[in-house]
Amino acid sequence: MGRFIVNRVFSMGITLLLVITITFALMHAIPGGPFTREKALPPAVMKALEAKFNLDQPLWRQYVDYLGGVIKGDLGPSFQRTGVTVNKLIEEGFPISAKIGGLSVLLVLILGVPIGIISALKQNKWQDQLAMFLATLGVTIPSFVLGTLIIYIFSAKLGWLPSYGLKSWKHYIGPVIALGGFSLSFVARLTRSSMLEVLQQDYIRTARAKGLSEFVVVGKHALKNALIPVVTYVGPLVAAILTGSFVVEKIFAIPGMGKHFVESVGNRDYTVLMGITIFYAIFLVVMVLLVDITYGLIDPRIKMDE
Amino acid sequence: MVRRSLTLILVMMLMITTVTGCGGNNQTEPQENQSEQATREETKEGSVLIWNLRTEPKTIDPQLNSAADGGHVINNTFEGLMREIDGKLQPAIAESCDVSEDGLTYTFHLRDAKWSDGKPVTAQDFEYAWKRALDPNLVPEPAEYAFQLFYIKGAQDAYEGKGALEDVAITAKDDKTLEVTLNAPTPYFLALTGFYTYMPVRADVVEKDPENWARNPEKAISNGPFKVTAYAMGDRIVLERNENYWNADKVKIDKIEALMIVEESTALTAYEADELDVIDQLPVQEIPRLKAEDPTFAIWPQVGTYYYIFNVNKKPVDDIRVRRALTLAIDRKAICEKIAKGGQLPATGFTPPGLLDADGNEFQKVAGDYYIDPNGAKIEEAKKLLAEAGYPDGKGFPEITVIYNTQEANKAIAEAVQEMWKQNLGIHVKLQNQEWAVCQDARHHGNFTIARAGWLGDYADPMTMLDLWLSYSGNNDCQWNNKEYDEFIEGSKLLTGKERFGLLYKAQDVMMETNIVMPIYYYTRPLMVKERVKDWQRTKMGHWFFGQASIE
Repeated sequence: MGRFIVNRVFSMGITLLLVITITFALMHAIPGGPFTREKALPPAVMKALEAKFNLDQPLWRQYVDYLGGVIKGDLGPSFQRTGVTVNKLIEEGFPISAKIGGLSVLLVLILGVPIGIISALKQNKWQDQLAMFLATLGVTIPSFVLGTLIIYIFSAKLGWLPSYGLKSWKHYIGPVIALGGFSLSFVARLTRSSMLEVLQQDYIRTARAKGLSEFVVVGKHALKNALIPVVTYVGPLVAAILTGSFVVEKIFAIPGMGKHFVESVGNRDYTVLMGITIFYAIFLVVMVLLVDITYGLIDPRIKMDE
Repeated sequence: MVRRSLTLILVMMLMITTVTGCGGNNQTEPQENQSEQATREETKEGSVLIWNLRTEPKTIDPQLNSAADGGHVINNTFEGLMREIDGKLQPAIAESCDVSEDGLTYTFHLRDAKWSDGKPVTAQDFEYAWKRALDPNLVPEPAEYAFQLFYIKGAQDAYEGKGALEDVAITAKDDKTLEVTLNAPTPYFLALTGFYTYMPVRADVVEKDPENWARNPEKAISNGPFKVTAYAMGDRIVLERNENYWNADKVKIDKIEALMIVEESTALTAYEADELDVIDQLPVQEIPRLKAEDPTFAIWPQVGTYYYIFNVNKKPVDDIRVRRALTLAIDRKAICEKIAKGGQLPATGFTPPGLLDADGNEFQKVAGDYYIDPNGAKIEEAKKLLAEAGYPDGKGFPEITVIYNTQEANKAIAEAVQEMWKQNLGIHVKLQNQEWAVCQDARHHGNFTIARAGWLGDYADPMTMLDLWLSYSGNNDCQWNNKEYDEFIEGSKLLTGKERFGLLYKAQDVMMETNIVMPIYYYTRPLMVKERVKDWQRTKMGHWFFGQASIE
């Protein structure tokens, strides 16, 4: 187990280095720089700005300097927001995104897994059909449509929910549903199909034959194995949802990380773009590691040696 | 069966308890809810104005700002020597102003005004602020809008590193007297002193934290009707009444919340649900409905032009006849009414309405329509020109591409133009959308044949539009180089009144006759303000001012 984690951390380091290198290269390859403006800047100003952000250095030098900063945990200053560092931007944006994302993940787990289980146990009955109809709908409706619909129906027409911001608990309802809608449906379908598969296996038949209560059969024996694909999906989902969704944040006017990220692409705010990418990458590899560790906890047969 | 259902319920409960066990972070929310209701109640009492700024300003430091969003905020937090109220220039921090006979030296006499921390506003504060804008080594970065001060003697040299800041002709004679000498008589100089780049800042405040002072509520000391009291990145800026403002009696609003809702349809929903009082960015597709149904909907003029530029070095648009044919073959009225829909006006020249000449006449009206018919296409004339250029009925016309920056409205207009050229001239052009920065880059470097462009005026004089086409202008994306044009513009800088405008009219004639741009429409600004908000102001250049507004 210890060796497994050491190995994984090492390979994570390499993954991150690759991510940084590729993002850095791609970013500098797209036309237009951070100081491309509608009204062209005087050459003197351009020079001063480039010097300030070290953009006058050769590319390899910028790369090495940047890497050095990242290792020290310094993601540099934002090019487009005077006096704001990338660390500060993440510090302010991440908790907001994570709060909505966390609630969405909860929603996905609390509703998605039980719905999947019920559907599997009531296979082809009305409960199953209703749940799967809704789940198919949920998988096919993109979050921007769902978000806009929620605003249109509940804010504009009915006036039940506020339309922007995050002041009260009511403000969270729309974004959390819009953000979690797809995953909720997906997890319900995933749980259902893997549950069905597990329920047909011999050991379940054995358990039932032994006269174990249905609660123990489903809750103890079937659920554990049925949850493995769900865990696989939920790990990266947590990373993706917690770091913010541009679409949902834009529609509901939430000042989270997703908003900063997409704006940074349009603005060529190199450091913000890089910083958020790295942050996301770290989050993602850590989640994948946790998923792998969880496998072992759920099913001891899965070995950690590889 | 009953047992099965029971099992299910138990499993569900198990799931719920385990999962919620991990995350009970919802306890604080009822309180937040109360505070939210409190804000709304205050609004009903009539003291809080909620306004959608839409985008987060890069900065709200008067000298560093160069964008409209920052300009809106600064116009409410700072006050310059003059201020535009109801479209007229009125003395603000300056009580009076003497102009020397040659029109070169301005002496401003300051009134007793105070900063938000109670200290007096002095002439030295202005001197410091103006020189700060011109400092090429300014921390955190040189001011992008320094050129707004280039009318002042020595200013341009200092900014470009050819002269010293001390030699710039801005002098605080004493605490209350500011003297400025200009290069040439500039009729709109007084109007400029109301512009944000000219607003005062305090040396001791700025130097404590040059990058962040304006955004930091503890350090943001200003002299306008409001002061910054909270700043949440990407979310909102909160402004509160500045008790020390010299004209504080006129300020009726206690608090302004400037929000950053990027999505136009969300902002509109919020407005219609009474959660917002002021918006000026509306979804295009909603405009016809709002126009018909909402009495608070209004279309304001905006000094700016939407046009296509030709790269005069690229075939086939290096031929003036081709450019003219393309320009004549589109129906501007149809584009404005059927596609843009925001009350835009067909453009027949480059300088938009809203800018006056020495006699007080609209520059745009006096300049005339040139060869363009605002109400439709001139198909026959266009066809004839195209034939003369060697492409009768569009035969043999090379395949060219029109680039535009990605945006629904730009796309719709580009498609209409494409269709009109096809119908009227028999030529086919390709369209290519480019992401904003990519399109900018292509235009600046001349990597295009025809490109979409737009220009909004910075100050109330045709020069704000016309100096774009100077051969050495960094914004001359047409790659056009014309000595005669340069001479007219340069010459106008040394003259005043009618003579000056004579040259400006001639300059526009040259650029329009060579047809380097294809004007499409003059911008307008659809906006909505709740009826309960009274006496709000919007300057000619499109900046909000709430310093005399009230809420009923």
